Amino acid sequence: MNTRYLFAFLVVFVLFLVSWLGAAAGLGWLFGVVIPYAAVVVFVVGFARKVLSWAASPVPFAIPTTAGQGRSFPWIPQAKIDNPASNWGVFLRLLFEVLTFRSLFRNTRMRLKEEKLTYQLEIFLWVGALAFHYAFLTVLLRHTRFFLEPTPWCIQVLETLDSFFRVEILYPGVQFGLPAVYLSGFVLLAAVVYLALRRIVIPSVRYVSLASDYFPLLLIFGIAFSGILMRYVTKVDIRAVKELTLGLVTFRPTVPEGIGAVFYIHLFLVCTLLAYFPYSKLMHLGGVFLSPTRNLRGDTRAYRHVNPWNYPVPVHTYEEYEEEFRDKMVEAGLPVEKPLADAADEAAQEKE
Amino acid sequence: MGEALFARIAKERAPLLSLWFDAALEGYARDTASFLKDRRDPFANPVGHHTRRGLERLFDELVGAMDMEAVTQALDPILRIRAVQHLTPARAVEFLFRFKRILSERFGAAPRSAEAAGLLFELHERIDRMVLAAFDVYMACREQVMELKANEMRQRTFRAFQRAGLVRPEHEKAPEADGE
Amino acid sequence: MAEAKPTPQDVLHRIQHTPPRSDWMETPVEIRKGMYCYAANPKSVATLGLPHPHAWNPVEDDWHLPENWQQILHEGFKERLERFRSFKVFMDICVRCGACADKCHYFIGTGDPKNMPVLRAELLRSVYRNDFSRMGRLLGKVNGARPMSFEVLREWWYYLFQCSECRRCSLFCPYGIDTAEITIMGRELLNLLGLNIDWIATPVANCYMNGNHLGIQPHAFKDMIDFFVDDIEEKTGVRVKPRFMEKGADILFITPSGDVFADPGTYTAMGYLMLFHYLEEKYGLKVTWSTYASEGGNFGFFTSHETMKRLNAKMYAEAKRLKVKWILGGECGHMWRVIHQYMDTMNGPADFLEVPVNPITGTRFEQARSTKMVHLVEFTADLIHHGKLDLDPRRNDYLKVTFHDSCNPSRGMGFFEEPRYVIRNVCNHFYEMPANTIREQTFCCGSGAGLNAGENMELRLAGGLPRANAVQHVHRKYGVNMLACICAIDRAALPALMDYWVPGVQVTGVHELVANALNLPGQNERTTNLRGEEFEELMAQAEGQSDEG
Repeated sequence: MNTRYLFAFLVVFVLFLVSWLGAAAGLGWLFGVVIPYAAVVVFVVGFARKVLSWAASPVPFAIPTTAGQGRSFPWIPQAKIDNPASNWGVFLRLLFEVLTFRSLFRNTRMRLKEEKLTYQLEIFLWVGALAFHYAFLTVLLRHTRFFLEPTPWCIQVLETLDSFFRVEILYPGVQFGLPAVYLSGFVLLAAVVYLALRRIVIPSVRYVSLASDYFPLLLIFGIAFSGILMRYVTKVDIRAVKELTLGLVTFRPTVPEGIGAVFYIHLFLVCTLLAYFPYSKLMHLGGVFLSPTRNLRGDTRAYRHVNPWNYPVPVHTYEEYEEEFRDKMVEAGLPVEKPLADAADEAAQEKE
Repeated sequence: MGEALFARIAKERAPLLSLWFDAALEGYARDTASFLKDRRDPFANPVGHHTRRGLERLFDELVGAMDMEAVTQALDPILRIRAVQHLTPARAVEFLFRFKRILSERFGAAPRSAEAAGLLFELHERIDRMVLAAFDVYMACREQVMELKANEMRQRTFRAFQRAGLVRPEHEKAPEADGE
Repeated sequence: MAEAKPTPQDVLHRIQHTPPRSDWMETPVEIRKGMYCYAANPKSVATLGLPHPHAWNPVEDDWHLPENWQQILHEGFKERLERFRSFKVFMDICVRCGACADKCHYFIGTGDPKNMPVLRAELLRSVYRNDFSRMGRLLGKVNGARPMSFEVLREWWYYLFQCSECRRCSLFCPYGIDTAEITIMGRELLNLLGLNIDWIATPVANCYMNGNHLGIQPHAFKDMIDFFVDDIEEKTGVRVKPRFMEKGADILFITPSGDVFADPGTYTAMGYLMLFHYLEEKYGLKVTWSTYASEGGNFGFFTSHETMKRLNAKMYAEAKRLKVKWILGGECGHMWRVIHQYMDTMNGPADFLEVPVNPITGTRFEQARSTKMVHLVEFTADLIHHGKLDLDPRRNDYLKVTFHDSCNPSRGMGFFEEPRYVIRNVCNHFYEMPANTIREQTFCCGSGAGLNAGENMELRLAGGLPRANAVQHVHRKYGVNMLACICAIDRAALPALMDYWVPGVQVTGVHELVANALNLPGQNERTTNLRGEEFEELMAQAEGQSDEG
């Protein structure tokens, strides 16, 4: 039995129980107001502190991983994104890294034709990761409607797009009364399931996975699942929810009656994620921009990178070297700074 | 009935090879084995590739001509890899014995007739010959590793000095083996 | 035995006899012969005044550590987190996606799961979580945190000296996490306890005191070059006249000492001499060698940032003393990572030198504007591009050449087209290895970062397997018989690798190929190559081989 994913599962389960019992006990204020505020504070402060702590450590050397031809002669074409020599190139490199997971994609590029099947699992990591992150982003953006009144037009456009790719429900009877189906929520759920299964099934990935790798996946699963549950099955009172969320952002918190327990579970898991975020690997969100192998130019011989803590070090000077080998150098016909005679004189003087 | 056993084995080439390949990977950690098995690109996974190819050729010899030169050639890449890995000599050649078990699990351990017994004996004897050849290959590889260990420095550095006449060790007047 | 419950995939693959695998943190490390290098000679450690020089043996249970070794490591760890953003960020952001797992040549070759880059980094991260994260310490093992112990230290030492800092994994990491950077930090920490390997520590001491890794004293260095001069005369009929520590020469030339003292690098060194002679005869260019700065390589890089700086300082110091215009660097791998990404920062600005201009072609080396050090291969490429070399590539016609991209010029520089351009101009038969084994995806020779000792031959051969395997492919497919490279460690390490995996393939530096093709003014009919092999025989052999094929 793998204690690591069991542990993560257990923690998420406890979180679920806590919020469920909390909601049942009528602790609306605690779960609807106090904890969300606390979570946001922890998130913002923690995130800032982490980024500041990274930024506090200098970058003593420019160590980009050069992934293509560097800038050379005009007649040699340079890989301007993979080995950038301009800040614009670095920007594009990071942009592709962040938006398309370019390095991860490199995984899948090389393929021999004769071999098929299992090898293609490689591309699924990239596809899965991409699906997960974009679905998450879409869901996140959609949720801003809960915090803004009126809902901005761009969010409405996004919602339309998201539901535009709607999954047609086959039974008209069931579809009746259903709100538009947002694809992103289901993609998120599927991607999370895939990423979690991948971790459990592929031995080498399972071997290196920690509880802190399973935990966020299970947590996000819980969030997505409870969200979908609320939207399509238990039907929370949206108006009441929006009243609560608007109250939160306008600092006039109220706890309206009649919000179902599922909402509090959902909210509590979100709060946990927020509070956990800055202290976990999820900080790769911020870290990727600070990675010195990706965010520096490759033209390190053309421009000097300054190390703020560069300190003088003892070196074995030429003078010391010549002092030791002068006889042999002269004998071998190598030029010396001080001829043998002078050196002998000096030695004699020193003795006196 | 004569060729029956060999023909039956040959007919199940793919599944038997797959089992044999799995057995050959048992000396590795589980996560490593899954990488060796799943990653099909011969350049990204040379160990898996050479092991697989070697077993295919061994299989064909086993049910075919049993040409010992071909057998040695098929064994070479597999054992050459194992000779520099963490496997003990016994572990390194174990995969050949394992094929006996795979066959008996697949076709039954007890032969039903004297003729079948003869064939089974012949088959086992062939595998044994492979094992013996494997020992030879393994040892030759180990010896080569030891030789590289002992001589590399001498060959690369001292030879250059020697050519330049910068070292003339008194106790070593033997002519250079590979000098010009 | 608590056997792990098999997953469907395990059942599918019927792995039955795999030993029950414990969690990686509970799998004790076994320091195996053939995989590790001998411990540093304390004298070498003391020469540079590095911490805690002492005699010890990796396979013994007592490493004679200082009493407060855990504290030393903790403080050293903390200091490096504060000094290197790379280290701090890489400790925090790994998501263990597994993309790097199968990219390491040591993992591919040895099959040891702790050679997966992610786990190599986790060796340090596990201690980081325990020492520098409250949550990490609280959750302990389940979250991959563990206190520093002797077992952990052994694991660090064993696996940090099974990484050649080749950076292939960092190429595939979505966050650019660079295991080389982690290995560099880990080795620095080990050095705080005097736990270097001798193959690194002694060359470092040699280089510091004598100017080069092999500890060759100035007169012997000159003797060796003089021997090359005789040898070149014997083979070409031309007597080249190298300059030594000549003040006011145009260019200072620095190459790894391996080129001067170890075959087949020696032939590359002869190539350098011939090229410089040609340039002086034809164009009056004066290039000088130095015995003080007679080492391009920098094993200090494999010890600590500070040691790297101490060894590297000689390059600028000597250029300044000799009042040359700029510096030219020979064919070397890690030397060029140091020059390209560290030198100017550490020991610059080199305002006493000029922006490098090739006086023969007029090309201004914009790419080396600040560091003022030019790679010999780009220098030669520029000469060829401007038609300044008289080349007869037919003398290399017996060769079928492939090119091994060395890790450091590849992933620390992006130096791909220059060597290919030169090779294509001096050889008529050039073949590339498969795309996922060259250029930025190149595989290490298996012996980089100070691991090219003799005692760890098994590690080197296993780690070099992915490279050798690709060579074998072109050897079989095209009859490739020569593996060209621009790295002295490659030239030292690849011959053994080829002997073992792909007999029939030899190893050469690019400038040996250049020199064989180069027509020297006043040369004889050139019946042999620099190795003294008769061209006629070689051609006949080559034809015989291609007839067979």
